[in-house]
Amino acid sequence: MAQQSDQTTGDRLASLAGAPVRLLFRALDPLFTAIQRGIGTKRMPWIFLLPNLVFFGLFVILPLFINFFYSLTGGTQLYLTDRPFIGTEQYGYLLDCEAFTDPQTCREDRFWKGIYNTLVFIFFQVTFMVLFSLITALILNREIRARGFFRAVFFFPVLLSPVVVALIWKWILLRDGILNAFLVSIGLDKILFFVSPEWSMFWAIFVSIWAHMGFYTLILLAGLQAIPPDLYEAAEMDGTSKERVFWRITLPLLWPNMLVVIVLALIKGVQIFDEVFVLTGGGPGTATQFIVQYIYNTGFTNQVQNFGLASAASVVLGVALFVLTMAQLAATRRKDDV
Amino acid sequence: MSDAAATSSRTIRGLLGATRGTNGRLHWTDVFTYMYLGFGVLLMFGPVIWLVLSSFKTSSALLEFPPTFLPLGQIEIQVEGYDDPLPLFEATLEDGSVKQLAQVRRIGIMSQMVDPENPGETIQVPINRRTEVREFRMALENYRDPLERFDFTRYLYNSVVVTVVATLVTLLINSMAAYGLAIYEFRGRAAIMLLVIGTLMIPITVILVPVYLVVTSMGMINSLWAVILPGAATPTGVFLLRQYMLTIPRDLIEAARMDKASEWAIYWKVVLPLAMPAMAVLAIFSIMWRWNDFLWPLIVLNRSEVYTLQVGLNAFQGELDVQWHYILAMTVVTLIPVTLVFAFLQKFITTGIASSGMK
Repeated sequence: MAQQSDQTTGDRLASLAGAPVRLLFRALDPLFTAIQRGIGTKRMPWIFLLPNLVFFGLFVILPLFINFFYSLTGGTQLYLTDRPFIGTEQYGYLLDCEAFTDPQTCREDRFWKGIYNTLVFIFFQVTFMVLFSLITALILNREIRARGFFRAVFFFPVLLSPVVVALIWKWILLRDGILNAFLVSIGLDKILFFVSPEWSMFWAIFVSIWAHMGFYTLILLAGLQAIPPDLYEAAEMDGTSKERVFWRITLPLLWPNMLVVIVLALIKGVQIFDEVFVLTGGGPGTATQFIVQYIYNTGFTNQVQNFGLASAASVVLGVALFVLTMAQLAATRRKDDV
Repeated sequence: MSDAAATSSRTIRGLLGATRGTNGRLHWTDVFTYMYLGFGVLLMFGPVIWLVLSSFKTSSALLEFPPTFLPLGQIEIQVEGYDDPLPLFEATLEDGSVKQLAQVRRIGIMSQMVDPENPGETIQVPINRRTEVREFRMALENYRDPLERFDFTRYLYNSVVVTVVATLVTLLINSMAAYGLAIYEFRGRAAIMLLVIGTLMIPITVILVPVYLVVTSMGMINSLWAVILPGAATPTGVFLLRQYMLTIPRDLIEAARMDKASEWAIYWKVVLPLAMPAMAVLAIFSIMWRWNDFLWPLIVLNRSEVYTLQVGLNAFQGELDVQWHYILAMTVVTLIPVTLVFAFLQKFITTGIASSGMK
């Protein structure tokens, strides 16, 4: 009964909100009817695609080409026509290193520092993200009480904005924050987390796992729930041990989802910027400065806005992402096959 | 006897939830499960609760170390013979007795205090022998001040405008494109689909500079359009809607054509209403994306009057003299809409993510 009245209130609200929308669509009707009469029904799909294609073209396809040309020009002007063509000089500058293992020996050491930081970051972040997502998904897949509540708890941070996430943790990790209060209460000394490069990197990794774990948990949970229960029943009848069931049934059948999670986490990890930028500002020094922040700093915040160098770095990032995305596609295809 | 044992084991199982352990005994994995979940709740939810509690503390209370759990404020009382309310302390007197006294004034390390029940005489107490008497009190000015005195109302307004307008534009153009790709057979459709899927792989981080150039040459820098338009044509949205529209029976569309409905009418009168569940998922995603967007607005919005909440918050926390009491309160304001959406539409979001693998 109550549900029924809810439904009608909801419907009424929806129709109220829908009224101006319907009015708009109706107002556009004569226009599109005229177009249809003019060009024929056969060409109508292009009319429907047009707005989206214009946006794609303007803000994705065109920039993709401009980006490449940008990376071949020098100077500080924004407009391409004002910029001198310098060939692959930007790339040469970026890649000029005596030893690639040591950023200090590179001409553009901040770029290489960004790359090394990003590699360290994704190694630990992806490893622990996958590990904890898997454990959480396995636990949420058990017959537990209030499963919906627990699932919501682990998922909630996913929706928070990176700025909010960073500020929440910054507040906890401050010199006089609650974590240091806890450390003092158990007899330890205060730690100035954001003064130490190691601690800053640790918290950058920790906070980004905290914020995104729920998303990957959800994908793995969906995979776990898709495993046919009769497999487990059969294993139980055979008296198979739990460990064996996990290694022989759960993990192999979950593997396609695991692959998707690993590659998605890699793609996101390579692009890490927002929450760490607000949390540590890239510091101390350049200890937590990642590749995207290098592009941002080079192109938009330095006194001399070096758009060419930023573009060249973007192209390098783009190539890395392309490789990872191909890996993702391969992983997804495998998943569909299973 | 065995009956009773069975019943009791059933009640134990009932109490602790269904477990994998047999005969009501807890398997070690059950213990681990609930410990993990308990710790998880603390770790995932605790920081947010700590943020909300802290946001109600006064700026002086925030400086305290160690911090108090609840927001507290010192009690002030009216004492006969004094115009202003006086702060209340618990003082240890020379004879060792403890009494609640109101402070009249502080001179150096001595505090001149008065007994509220006997306002006539003043008592000298060293300041280290008195502690504040406090009660639960929420510093609502943390919320009021930034919204009234600073630009946060402006930021809030900008964020709402960006989120609403961008979501409407996204829904309109993405559903049109999805309709075109789902309903019609035409030459070039495969190429367009490839283009859509291809652009899925190009995040804005890779094309920051050229998009900035495009937006600048269109004269949109420091206008909200610079934030709204570049992300409006989402490949995710087109893909999601198209997959859904493919499931709509063709007979319905053919029937509408028989009735001489125009293609536009078929789109908005027949297909859109049927695609509402997918539209709802896209709308929720779009609201989340836009509300939480940071890097791109940070680049194209350089004047305070066009800041969104995220950019404004970041600018505020980057100042030399960080005013945490305002920042915490505004952070709470920023997370409220997302939390509300989550509370009411959790099912939509989780099924949307699980089915599309996107966020």
